[in-house]
Amino acid sequence: MAMAALRREGRRFAPLISPRPISAVRSSPIVPTHEYEGPIGVRYISTQVVRNRMKSVKNIQKITKAMKMVAASKLRAVQTKAENSRGLWQPFTALLGDLPSVDVKKNVVVTISSDKGLCGGINSTSVKISKGIYKLNSGPEKETKYVILGEKAKAQLIRDSKKDIELIITELQKNPLSYTQVSVLADEILKNVEYDALRIVFNKFHSVVSFVPTVSTVLSPEIVERESESGGKLGELDSYEVEGGETKGEILQNLAEFQFSCVMFNAVLENACSEQGARMSAMDSSSRNAGDMLDRLTLTYNRTRQASITTELIEIISGASALEG
Amino acid sequence: MLRRASMLLACRPILAARARPFSTDLPAAPSADATFTEAWTKVIPNMDPPKTPLSFMQPRPPTPSSIPSKLTVNFVLPYASELATKEVDMVIVPATTGQMGVLPGHVATIAELKPGVLSVHEGSEMTKYFISSGFVFIHANSFADIIAVEAVPLDRLDVNLVQKGLAEFTSKLSSATTDLEKAEAQIGIDVHSALNSALTG
Repeated sequence: MAMAALRREGRRFAPLISPRPISAVRSSPIVPTHEYEGPIGVRYISTQVVRNRMKSVKNIQKITKAMKMVAASKLRAVQTKAENSRGLWQPFTALLGDLPSVDVKKNVVVTISSDKGLCGGINSTSVKISKGIYKLNSGPEKETKYVILGEKAKAQLIRDSKKDIELIITELQKNPLSYTQVSVLADEILKNVEYDALRIVFNKFHSVVSFVPTVSTVLSPEIVERESESGGKLGELDSYEVEGGETKGEILQNLAEFQFSCVMFNAVLENACSEQGARMSAMDSSSRNAGDMLDRLTLTYNRTRQASITTELIEIISGASALEG
Repeated sequence: MLRRASMLLACRPILAARARPFSTDLPAAPSADATFTEAWTKVIPNMDPPKTPLSFMQPRPPTPSSIPSKLTVNFVLPYASELATKEVDMVIVPATTGQMGVLPGHVATIAELKPGVLSVHEGSEMTKYFISSGFVFIHANSFADIIAVEAVPLDRLDVNLVQKGLAEFTSKLSSATTDLEKAEAQIGIDVHSALNSALTG
């Protein structure tokens, strides 16, 4: 029994909420018991500190549990939308293929991130990937610009790549996501940014615990022409008859813009799903940690309380026995 | 005490490597772009390269030597996939150059669509939708991808509202001053007159 208690104490998890520095001397691993001198030299051991700590940890646990529920319900709502929109980009990839390694002069990296925090590591992954793509496409005569969606990526990228940022868009999720909103956004981006290739970086939602960073490439019509003429993956594009419009170029222009808005719509939805899923798991692990901390604090509290009762009893009894004899 | 130890070990969650993640689109062809992954690992060796859409897509079948009997149609909208790899006999799409019928073995085409009626013919049954512009890709292997922004079955349209909308946009066109307003009013007129002819014709 004593060994079991010792083993429980020996288990160390890394808590999400950093505790005060562990004082190695005392028996309680978390908080030093508060001893101070009373008026006639009587020692009081105060459980107040531990009690305060327990109250705040319990509150934090309640909050994180509530946040997890909220994230779960939001996830359910967005997940159906995201899954329905998955068919949208597939025809474009079937027609135009996917050339992430295309060599172009003007690259634009569109980084999609969340506005709110506490969602695990997905925003940092997106930013790391964006920086990776920037590095990959750097070279003589080549330039890469950023278009940022979401506060979190803005905070991270503004630090060292401030001069490369073209456009920053925040508060995307204030109204429920819809295709109209995203197409207006896509229109803005296409109007204001010159591009040869647009690379959209987002987290694709696989399941509640797995989010895969993905990059989708949308090429401008000129590059599509160039690639289809040079053969290779897009070589078959020439065999397609183009109906309508005055020139083939006009249709390809419309096609590129439509492709961008469709891919953006899917990317934004998938990222929203990933954000809610990541928040769910972050809040879940945080409530579990809080629960563990609470257990350990309860043990400390009980021990302190019993110790103070014992001390009082000892003093009373020894005082009485000193009087007697 | 030993029993406690074994219970503790048993309860510890074992995070098994998920072979089949719970997801709706399974990565069918892991044919990721090799040049991209190579270039990535050279420049950024510490991180895994990001995935690309190719790894999430089912590969399309190659062009068959003889004309297949059925046309495989994917009709997608931003908020739903109306038809996904459905085998039909024929579809008639409202291209900008007019109504275009697509049969199996149609030549590979990219066509832009104008607001109009899309009809899907399967055996003896015909389903009609009113679509608000989009694109249609017809591939050489008798696959047709129709991407539209909005599509409604014809029975959901209200004649009175269509007439009202048409009148409203016609008046807007006559009172429009800037090019932008004129263009917007013209688009409204086009859509509503197409709706009108869809309901009457």
